[in-house]
Amino acid sequence: MTTPLLEAVNLSVHFGGLKAVNDVSFDVWPNEVFSLIGPNGAGKTTIFNLISALYRPTAGEVRFEGEVISRMPPHVVARHGIARTFQNIELFEHATVLQNLLVGRHCHRHTGWWQDLLFTGSVRRAELEFRRQVEEVIEFLDLQHYRDSMVAGLPYGVRKVVELARALAMRPRLLLLDEPSSGLNTEETEDMGFWIEDIKEDLGITVVMVEHDMSLVSRVSDRVLALNLGEVLTLGTPEEVQAHPGVIEAYLGGTADV
Amino acid sequence: MHFLFKTRYEQDIALFKHGGQRFWYAALAVALLAAPWLLSEYTLSQITFIGIYAIVCLGLMLLAGFTGQVSLGHAGFLAMGAYTEAYLQANGWPFVISLPLAALVAGITGVMIGLPALRVKGLYLSIATLAFGFILEQAVVSTEAITGGNAGMQLGKLVIAGIDFDDGSNFYYLVTFIAVLCVLGVVNLLRSPTGRAFVAIRDSEVSAQSMGINLAHYKTVAFALSAALAGIAGALYAHKIRFITPDQFGFLQSIELLMMVVIGGLGSIQGAIFGPAFWFVVQQLIVTGKDWLPEALGQQTGLQPTIFGIILVAIVLFEPLGLYGRWLKFRTFLEIFPFYRKGMFRRQKSYMKSERMK
Ligand SMILES: Nc1ncnc2c1ncn2[C@@H]1O[C@H](COP(=O)(O)OP(=O)(O)O)[C@@H](O)[C@H]1O
Ligand SMILES: [Mg+2]
Repeated sequence: MTTPLLEAVNLSVHFGGLKAVNDVSFDVWPNEVFSLIGPNGAGKTTIFNLISALYRPTAGEVRFEGEVISRMPPHVVARHGIARTFQNIELFEHATVLQNLLVGRHCHRHTGWWQDLLFTGSVRRAELEFRRQVEEVIEFLDLQHYRDSMVAGLPYGVRKVVELARALAMRPRLLLLDEPSSGLNTEETEDMGFWIEDIKEDLGITVVMVEHDMSLVSRVSDRVLALNLGEVLTLGTPEEVQAHPGVIEAYLGGTADV
Repeated sequence: MHFLFKTRYEQDIALFKHGGQRFWYAALAVALLAAPWLLSEYTLSQITFIGIYAIVCLGLMLLAGFTGQVSLGHAGFLAMGAYTEAYLQANGWPFVISLPLAALVAGITGVMIGLPALRVKGLYLSIATLAFGFILEQAVVSTEAITGGNAGMQLGKLVIAGIDFDDGSNFYYLVTFIAVLCVLGVVNLLRSPTGRAFVAIRDSEVSAQSMGINLAHYKTVAFALSAALAGIAGALYAHKIRFITPDQFGFLQSIELLMMVVIGGLGSIQGAIFGPAFWFVVQQLIVTGKDWLPEALGQQTGLQPTIFGIILVAIVLFEPLGLYGRWLKFRTFLEIFPFYRKGMFRRQKSYMKSERMK
């Protein structure tokens, strides 16, 4: 493969006077796990919002398979095969786990609302097929037990997995995970690590992840990009980045929250 | 309690989840069919009204309860349906064509009124729809040539295929038939991708977009369908009342519709039927009960709105899921008696982010 899957090219976004992301460039190659690290407020989530087109860049652009996606509406970006999770979990609270995952299949629908109104044969067939595909994800992440539960009643750890499942139900080519282990206990974090490895190895999905837990980062990442105050500090293997003097300083000097 | 052992995926998209449900709905169908023989003309007429209001409420439920877009201008759509029907009928169009056209005209109005929904949310949207409701009402008043203005409009006899549908029980059957079709349509929507997109938009617009849902498209569809249902109800309402004037479709009507939906239970199809049913029953009780009350209280002008206001406040405070939610609890209580405990339906309070600290 000669083109990267995802390219951020001189990406900047300014909120008033605040340069939340300032001239950041990086490439993500197919089938790698690429991590973004940095202290709070470094601009990691903002970069995710730029990739999924929830924010417009002040300068620079994002490309997916060579195509500029940073000027598209967010739902079109999703249809290109980019799925994500959110730092503060954005599930559909008053729906069941199953319904949440089925929304993940939305990009792949072929029927229109008028067909849905009549629940035609093609809608029925598509529904059964969606269900079968969603069951694969449920099995993959061991969610059988929660299938018909309302999200609003689930504990935090399970919600985190449901959100991952919903993103996987899209069968994306690129998966953005914003702090997948935050709020999880050690055991749950361990599971999350295994799943991320499986997502890469078995499902062949490229993962970009924001994460604070350095042991999880070292375990699953191929490459790590360290950010501070919206700018790139360094890029390299997990070991290289952790040994980088600028990174150590950013964590010790700034808001140490690792 | 029913423990469903699901063996096929079809079971989850089936209309009836188990035999018991099928039995009760069949019983309901028989009761609806037999009603004209069992009930007085007056009661039947009230039930016809409930059917008409259930159709509007179904539309409003789709919009407010499932898509999260609260409209305070629904009476405007009702008016569009009613006046389209009255106008077309006066010009000799048959009902089978004028009814769909009434739905279409209301639906197109819905798309226009839905435009602000693409930009504003919550309270601001409600205010925008409120303003549109006023504009529509004024438009009806001022297009006197078509609508008769404040003087109103008289509807002709409703005859379909040579059968007189102004007759109480025939009209009741017509309304019931159309209401059942509308319910089926909404049920179908909700068990398919369109309905899930609505719910997704209601619960989180950011993640709906990130799942590939085109917010503008689905909000527009929700407004159009909701308004079209109101249009159908409006056409039936016009025939029921037989004389329509602009003040029947004012702001108060919009508020009442929203109250019915909230009382019935936001986010449930059954709520769209329970709401208006409850409304008419209570209204009846107030009318009958008036004579029993001491004169100073019984003859007060604001009695009815006050009572409905109190009921609404009580529901919002104690039973946010509305009558349907209450019914679900009661049914569970019966099914698992004596194992019901208080708080079984209470949702876990919002999660703690710091579980890790424990
Ligand atoms: N929509 C916004 N408006 C204004 N400031 C924002 C917005 N989004 C992010 N920021 C600011 O950008 C900076 C980076 O935030 P963020 O990307 O969330 O950091 P983190 O690296 O912790 O995920 C913060 O100072 C934050 O306050
Ligand atoms: Mg963040």
